[in-house]
Amino acid sequence: MAYVAVSGGKEAIEESIKLLDYYRSGTDKDLAIEAIENKLSLLVDRVMGEAGLYARTYAALALRQCEGSIEEAVFLLRAYRSTLTRNYYSDTVDAGEMRVVRRISAAFKDIIGGQILGATYDYTHRLIDFETGKEDPTALRQAMHKALAEQTPEEIVPCPRVSEELAKEGLIDRHSPNDQSPYDVTANILEFPTTRSARLQTMARADTGFVSGLAYSALRGFGQEHPTVGELRCGYVELYVPFLPDEKESLYIGEILITEVECFNAVDSKDQLKLAVGYGAVLGRNETKAIAMAVVDRELDNGGPYPAQNEEFVLMHGDSLEMNGFISHLKLPHYVTFQSKLDAVRKTRRADNE
Amino acid sequence: MNSNYNFAFLDEGSKKEIRRAVLKAVSIPGYQVPFGSRELPIGRGWGTGGIQLTLSLIGRDDILKVIDQGSDESVNAVNIKKFVGLCTDVRTTTDTREATLIQTRHRIPERALTNGQILIFQVPLPEPLRVVEAREEVTKKMHAEKDYASMWLQLYESLVKYNKVTIGAEYPCMVEGRYMMNPSPIPKFDNPKLHKAECLYLFGAGREKKIYAIPPYTQVVSLAFDDVPFEKENFVGKRCRLCGSADTYLDEIFDRQTGGRAYQCSDTSHCQWTADS
Repeated sequence: MAYVAVSGGKEAIEESIKLLDYYRSGTDKDLAIEAIENKLSLLVDRVMGEAGLYARTYAALALRQCEGSIEEAVFLLRAYRSTLTRNYYSDTVDAGEMRVVRRISAAFKDIIGGQILGATYDYTHRLIDFETGKEDPTALRQAMHKALAEQTPEEIVPCPRVSEELAKEGLIDRHSPNDQSPYDVTANILEFPTTRSARLQTMARADTGFVSGLAYSALRGFGQEHPTVGELRCGYVELYVPFLPDEKESLYIGEILITEVECFNAVDSKDQLKLAVGYGAVLGRNETKAIAMAVVDRELDNGGPYPAQNEEFVLMHGDSLEMNGFISHLKLPHYVTFQSKLDAVRKTRRADNE
Repeated sequence: MNSNYNFAFLDEGSKKEIRRAVLKAVSIPGYQVPFGSRELPIGRGWGTGGIQLTLSLIGRDDILKVIDQGSDESVNAVNIKKFVGLCTDVRTTTDTREATLIQTRHRIPERALTNGQILIFQVPLPEPLRVVEAREEVTKKMHAEKDYASMWLQLYESLVKYNKVTIGAEYPCMVEGRYMMNPSPIPKFDNPKLHKAECLYLFGAGREKKIYAIPPYTQVVSLAFDDVPFEKENFVGKRCRLCGSADTYLDEIFDRQTGGRAYQCSDTSHCQWTADS
């Protein structure tokens, strides 16, 4: 014997990686990438959002490669992303122009443009459907296509945001539009106090569970008060990049699905009250995270003694890669540092230490 | 080498940006230079700061050595070497003497490094003041004002309570009398090797997005009071069971069968060299 713990690392790693395949070998059935992409959309959306990379097929590939682990899939996408050259920054997107597929307001019964319930699990009963395993995917697809074909397409009219109407009355207090180039958090270190664009980017990429937990803490009592979802909208926005030969022109490069939320809070304004807006926007359909982000955004504006109100606390601890990387590094050998710690502990206990 | 990726993985723009941060770090010894840390296929917290330094500095003629806990064979060292090999094809070695770049976690090799060698540390928490102040916004100011009183106070409190300074690894030092620096979690045993060394020491913290440096011949002094000198880990009366060295940092080993306790060098390359010569 000798070197038990520290040698043979290379062989051990190779065998360990082989053994991972064992955990995917329990069945003859396979998971098609196309099926993951189209049938586990919410999972794909969450991974894309936390990775900060809108690429449905790659997200599906990543999920398939790592037994569906969200943190591993986010990791794969992020690592891939940092090998890509960034050629363009897109023009500013106005989510007010969104092609809406779902839009609700908890503040008003009737809103300009109307409420569109769209697809939501909110009003389903969470009963396991034991028949779902017998579903015929081809029949489902054809039925949906047929139903869609029978619809008459409506002209797309952008809906103004709910907050626009209240703003006309002077009741709304929100950050004014800022079309300056955003602070790119993927290429720069966060510095505090930070800019608003850095804050929103960081939260949009943060771990869903982290942002939701923080927002929940703020609602339960470690924060301000109960905000109202002024508007939650989900839909497609168009992306343009600058056309280099002609500054006035832009090139259309496609559309992405996003969820955007505005929350309202009543706050003091010189002997009066006004409505302060918290803002949240995330890639794909991830409504809880978008709402949570809006709640925390408002808490951060407000400031205070609680975790959700502390910018450094919120922005430094929610990144999936950073939190999971650092926690998992505890599994690495710490022989040297532990020996040093042992030495310090022993020294304080020695009889001659007086 | 995997030709789907650029030489040394990162794109040239990112590498250049990291090298610029290194130049600044060398110019201001001990000062933490912020940089736009890139994401790697290796976990954040697993040495990504060190790897980014290695990737941005490595050229085709370099000879790379990677150690973890002093060992070339440790799982993490093997893994990092495998990754750098995958995207560069440079030659790797376990021999400290012939390496041009050495990436390390938790140790400085026993054999003194020479002019022309670069030792790259993986740093989990670059901020020495984090133990006394949680907020980055505040610690930045403390460094700017050279306000290190709370750190000295912590040392003093430890003395009052335990009769000893109880910091183990990650023992803070002053660089050129200006910046307080965290030498990364190396044991106190290695701290004196930082002082007026011939080689360049670079420190990379990927998750915390900081780079700092100790250029050759820089004065590096571990914190201590005039009447309570700095004290290293103590291996008096113990020897390496493999090479017999009594002047190296030792790992405490429990025998699998008997449960008996033995000691052996943490620096496996040095141990091998001593045993052979």
